[in-house]
Amino acid sequence: MPRVNFAAPATVDEAVAVLAGSSGLAKVLSGGTDLLVQLRSGRTRPELIVDTKRIPGLIGIREEADKFVIGAATPGVMLSANHALDHAWPGIIEGVDLIGSQQIQGRASLAGNLCNASPAADSVPAVIAARTTCVVAGPGGSRRTVPAEQICTGPGRTSLGKGEFLIEFHIPKPRPHQCDAYLRFIPRTEMDIAVVGCGVNVTLDAGGTCTDARVVLGAVAPTAVIVDEAAQALIGHKLDADTLARLDAAAQRATKPITDKRGTIEYRTKVAGVLARRVAAIAFERAAAR
Amino acid sequence: MSKHHVTTTINGEPMEYLCEAQQTMLDVLRDELGLTGSKEGCSSGDCGACTIIVDGNITCSCLMLGVEAEGRKIETIEGIAQGDRLHPVQQKFLEHAALQCGFCTPGFIVAAKALLDTTLNPTEEEARYWLAGNLCRCTGYDKIIRAVLDAAAVMRAEAGR
Repeated sequence: MPRVNFAAPATVDEAVAVLAGSSGLAKVLSGGTDLLVQLRSGRTRPELIVDTKRIPGLIGIREEADKFVIGAATPGVMLSANHALDHAWPGIIEGVDLIGSQQIQGRASLAGNLCNASPAADSVPAVIAARTTCVVAGPGGSRRTVPAEQICTGPGRTSLGKGEFLIEFHIPKPRPHQCDAYLRFIPRTEMDIAVVGCGVNVTLDAGGTCTDARVVLGAVAPTAVIVDEAAQALIGHKLDADTLARLDAAAQRATKPITDKRGTIEYRTKVAGVLARRVAAIAFERAAAR
Repeated sequence: MSKHHVTTTINGEPMEYLCEAQQTMLDVLRDELGLTGSKEGCSSGDCGACTIIVDGNITCSCLMLGVEAEGRKIETIEGIAQGDRLHPVQQKFLEHAALQCGFCTPGFIVAAKALLDTTLNPTEEEARYWLAGNLCRCTGYDKIIRAVLDAAAVMRAEAGR
């Protein structure tokens, strides 16, 4: 691989300083499961790599009264093993668990999955559906809180400026009768990239009628998309045949997919509707059971 | 760009080495430390032939930088046997003939050993999912899974004694 400089700072501000001070491209390293592949292929040619895993808090999960605070570089295996998080948001963990193999899970992080900015990132739809916010550190000691859906701006592109990097995810805890689910469609059972991914997060009233919802699709547009029309199809309704049909149609309308080796535009559009129905059914069932 | 000095633990032994930032852990193991048991297959994290254990978690050493090993505990295929005594996973790979060319074998054994470190009673499905990141192109999966489940049975019996 081409030569590169390396820093493993011990504090957030030190990391910001080296990222901001780099004369060329500087890349943040958390799990490295995307970055090292891109370095080897020459797709990215950074002058500097900054490993954030030595910074206290960048790996770990903290529970507060109303939210989970997750260090940006926390690997998938730690997220899956956290019973409170898995119980609160099984859909987020379903997405995390689908990222690569057990070997990849040992390193791959939420921040890496989000900031790599692949439209097909498996953890992203359910994270956005849970109304997660991200804490972004930047020059001058700045800390800004950004909704997760505002981080990616296109394939491989983010809204982060020079010297900025993600330090924490804040995931609200579920309300009563609120739960989520995530499914992705791939042509096999493991180790593939989503043709379509869908995360649904719903809140029900005591009678099972939906009072709040977020439906997020992955792999059908340049970024994950929040489908407001699909959420509106659910809110005020139980999951009957009419509601499912309107959800399906709304999901299909929200797609702007491409044709590639994993699927055509027509196929992805159709599957988006089917997945939205299936995922909503799982999320409703889970929410009703709480 | 000067070399980085790394202090780490490999197979229980304190280890120090110099490496360049762009060298992967796999490069360091094979080219700097002479530990050539970990294999380079795909170099993209798909095949698992370079699997090592880092602080208890299996990792593709081709997707980790050598400098990241600072202060970590690394286990490689060279540390799986205890002296002349093979690990039950290794013994069962021999008995079940769970290999043909052998290139994928170190990765499978390290990954399977890590599974049995935490789960002595995996189901076949759990074992198959756990090993989904290890590819064998000689079509040996069935024998590999049998060997791993048999090794688990041996380890359960040993643990019960």
